[in-house]
Amino acid sequence: MTNNFDFAVVGGGLVGAAIGYGLAKRGLKVAMLDEGDVAKRASRGNFALVWVQSKGLGMPAYATWTRRSSDHWGTFARELEERVGFSMAYRRPGGFHLCLSQDELDRRAANINRLHNQGESEPYRIDVLDGDEIRRHLPEVGPEVVGGTYCALDGDVNSLKLFRALHEGFAVEGGHYRSGSLVQEIAGAQGGYALKTDEAVVHADRIVLAAGLDNVRLGKMIGLDVPVRPLRGQVIVTEKTEPFLDMPLSTVRQTDEGGVMIGDSQEEADDYRVMRPGINAVMADRAVRMFPRLANLNVVRTWSALRVYSRDGFPIYQESPTHPGAFVASCHSGVTLAAAHADLLAPLLAQGKLSSDLDAFSSRRFHVSATA
Amino acid sequence: MKTLSHVNDLAEHYDLVVIGAGPAGMAAATLAADKGAQVLLVDENPTFGGQIYRAVSSTPLKDRALLGADYWKGEAIGAAFSQSQADYFPGATVWQLSPELELGISSGGRTAVLHARRVIMATGALERPMPIKGWTLPGVMTAGAAQILLKTSGVAVSGKVVLAGCGPLLWLIAAQYLAAGKRFDAILDTTPRGNWRTAMKDLPGFLTSPYLAKGLKLMAKVRRQAKIISGVTALAAEGEGHLARVRYTAGGREVVIEADHLLLHQGVTPNINMASASNCELEWDDAQLAWKPKLDDWGNTTVPGIAISGDGAGIAGAEAAAERGRITALDALAGLGIISIAQRDEQAKPIRSELNRYDRGRVFLDRLYQPAQQFRVAGEDTIACRCEEVTGGQIRKAVTTLNIAGPNQLKSFLRCGMGPCQGRLCGLTVSETIAEARGSTPEAVGYYRLRAPVKPVTLAELASLKQSETEIRTVARG
Amino acid sequence: MFQRLPDPSGSPVSFTLDGRPLEGRQGDTVSSALLAAGVETCRSSAVSGEPRAPYCLMGVCFECLVTIDGVGNQQGCLVALRPGMQVETQIGRGKRELAR
Repeated sequence: MTNNFDFAVVGGGLVGAAIGYGLAKRGLKVAMLDEGDVAKRASRGNFALVWVQSKGLGMPAYATWTRRSSDHWGTFARELEERVGFSMAYRRPGGFHLCLSQDELDRRAANINRLHNQGESEPYRIDVLDGDEIRRHLPEVGPEVVGGTYCALDGDVNSLKLFRALHEGFAVEGGHYRSGSLVQEIAGAQGGYALKTDEAVVHADRIVLAAGLDNVRLGKMIGLDVPVRPLRGQVIVTEKTEPFLDMPLSTVRQTDEGGVMIGDSQEEADDYRVMRPGINAVMADRAVRMFPRLANLNVVRTWSALRVYSRDGFPIYQESPTHPGAFVASCHSGVTLAAAHADLLAPLLAQGKLSSDLDAFSSRRFHVSATA
Repeated sequence: MKTLSHVNDLAEHYDLVVIGAGPAGMAAATLAADKGAQVLLVDENPTFGGQIYRAVSSTPLKDRALLGADYWKGEAIGAAFSQSQADYFPGATVWQLSPELELGISSGGRTAVLHARRVIMATGALERPMPIKGWTLPGVMTAGAAQILLKTSGVAVSGKVVLAGCGPLLWLIAAQYLAAGKRFDAILDTTPRGNWRTAMKDLPGFLTSPYLAKGLKLMAKVRRQAKIISGVTALAAEGEGHLARVRYTAGGREVVIEADHLLLHQGVTPNINMASASNCELEWDDAQLAWKPKLDDWGNTTVPGIAISGDGAGIAGAEAAAERGRITALDALAGLGIISIAQRDEQAKPIRSELNRYDRGRVFLDRLYQPAQQFRVAGEDTIACRCEEVTGGQIRKAVTTLNIAGPNQLKSFLRCGMGPCQGRLCGLTVSETIAEARGSTPEAVGYYRLRAPVKPVTLAELASLKQSETEIRTVARG
Repeated sequence: MFQRLPDPSGSPVSFTLDGRPLEGRQGDTVSSALLAAGVETCRSSAVSGEPRAPYCLMGVCFECLVTIDGVGNQQGCLVALRPGMQVETQIGRGKRELAR
């Protein structure tokens, strides 16, 4: 077993796998080091939206980055599907966000307005609709829905198929995936890095940390403060039902297999094994008010997962100033950003330098007063 | 007992909630209620008895000899439970048990959440999956299912019937069917021949077991009346839309026989889904080739307040189950402050010595009836996960090409274990198939992480639960 | 094939299957009544559409799903048969219909 690589990706979730796939298909010899079967695993618990609307309020660069990934998603998906030989059920039919009270709708509209007014990012259209307009588009929507927003750029994918496709694509391109390989230590070695796991010491010219919440610990090993924290979300999924909804909503979507997924809560909490029944109740209640005919569907599973949230909620992409060739990639929305990670970020990493348009994502933004 | 029929009849708090009305659950509930604890016993079946004493108070079978004397031992346990002060809620499912001992209970499309000071899970056993090619065809069912039909409804599987597999229960079911005047076209014994060798060293213990004489008698009876083919090493069900043929290999020779029904059985394993979903730690039992909960001497799990008794704690049989139920009940009573620790220990003594009797020779049985590897892992074209229709070949390919570590990663990639049965019917197969493909052990590979709801519950039921302002704010953000 | 043993305990219970009148017996579950009436295949798989029939009869396998009194995907083996019950097979529609 070889232990010498051009690149080592630390983390085998959606972010690590997308970057690993992107590096491997550019001809690099890549190792992807992952934990074992049970870990925090945000990538197994996400909601699978490829989502644009409402993202980037407070950081125009993030709105642009999201938009670029979304615009590239179709090409990225086609190419990956060709490699692995199965469909990921990606679609971009536009998406809705529904509101169940005037207050919710007002807040939503105000946010959309602020997003439009913050400038810089390329403008795109988000429509604010009233309940009747929503019901014209989505006849199953119930009378309690007072309105919502629509954006034609939104879509979704079967995120588990995406996850598998990235791993298969990585393997097809000759990547080396190792599970049970929690990185214990990173040492800067002659012309590269040595990553110590329980199993082996892996040498790589360059490394990228894409280990989700574990980037806090790993970042310190390359001289970087990575201020991310868990933001817990719960998801409910029902038994398979006949197709009734052919486009995604921010909180309800039907998968290509037929199950209905319901999200999405946000809670400051760090135990991924815990679920709050009251939050499931709120999500179920809202889903049934949005689509009354869902009431009798059986729930087959619920789970919680931990989003990787930085202090301002935006991604962190950065090369370590003290450890050249060592990078960090931390973000939530690993599904939406998969296309960007594989085909925009990975090429930069392959060349060894991030471009200036990613400067906004440096963690230096959290240390302005400290460095000033 | 007081029989409840609606979730509104439930109290908000119970001293003790017992889940499952088999021998362990009934014995535990009876003892605890008799000592003055406020007890609820919840069971998903319409009548009490669990599987082994299924329908013991209501079976339409009048000929008592048919099911055998052991079955009717359930009558006394049922009668004692009927006379107890416990609340009994049949036809109700516990779909959630939180570490805070909050239980979500559903019946008739309605849900209530209540709180228990102690919980005893007595969720029993389920039949070990026996993944063979064609086992999803109508006409193929478990031998246990055939026995349940007999007990609850006096209905027997008829026509051309093939019984296949191994384990003590296989012989019991065969004997019961023969006593009912039914016949088998063939009994295909899949017990690996080498098992006798490995089991022999534990034979001395078995010679003192109360199960020995019974077992020998049963097998002799079946052998006299049915055609038994031993040393069966391969098995498949075939047919278009319904079973038509059974294909098997014995002694290196492949044989095809016509069949209307194939009844499969290769032992029972603890039903650990609820324990696992409640975060109780599990451990691998290498003799029983199954996961079981980690327990102390009183049946307590690693989650405070939750104990497990009966076959759900590790397979030991019906009579041991009742005794184990009493042991967990005594500790629950002590925990509730109803009896002292000294009383608990004193009262447990005779129960423990009785239990020891049943433990004798268990290892011998476990080793003798260890099912063969080829019937525990899924073959190339054999469905492992019946709900999502994932085959052994797909599992092996994913494990080898993607270097998959365990069942949870596999579940994400292939959906196995994601259907309504929540992996109950594929969990062992998947762990063992991964282990085989990786050259590892099920213990190292691990098991599915399970989550509530343990049984399906409707969205409307979930929606009816209490919601706090904070909880609403985590979702309704505008 | 399934046969009731010649021991007539339990009174008859009338119910319908896909609108057709059938008779079970007191003590039956929905699944045992269907099997006794010769109905094995009760649904199509939600994945491949292949026919499925009750497998474990003890609440584990979810193969015995039927529509009972208009509510879909009920575990027939856990529901006691009651007079007048309207049972429907789920053949040809593996995925649950929204209105059920």
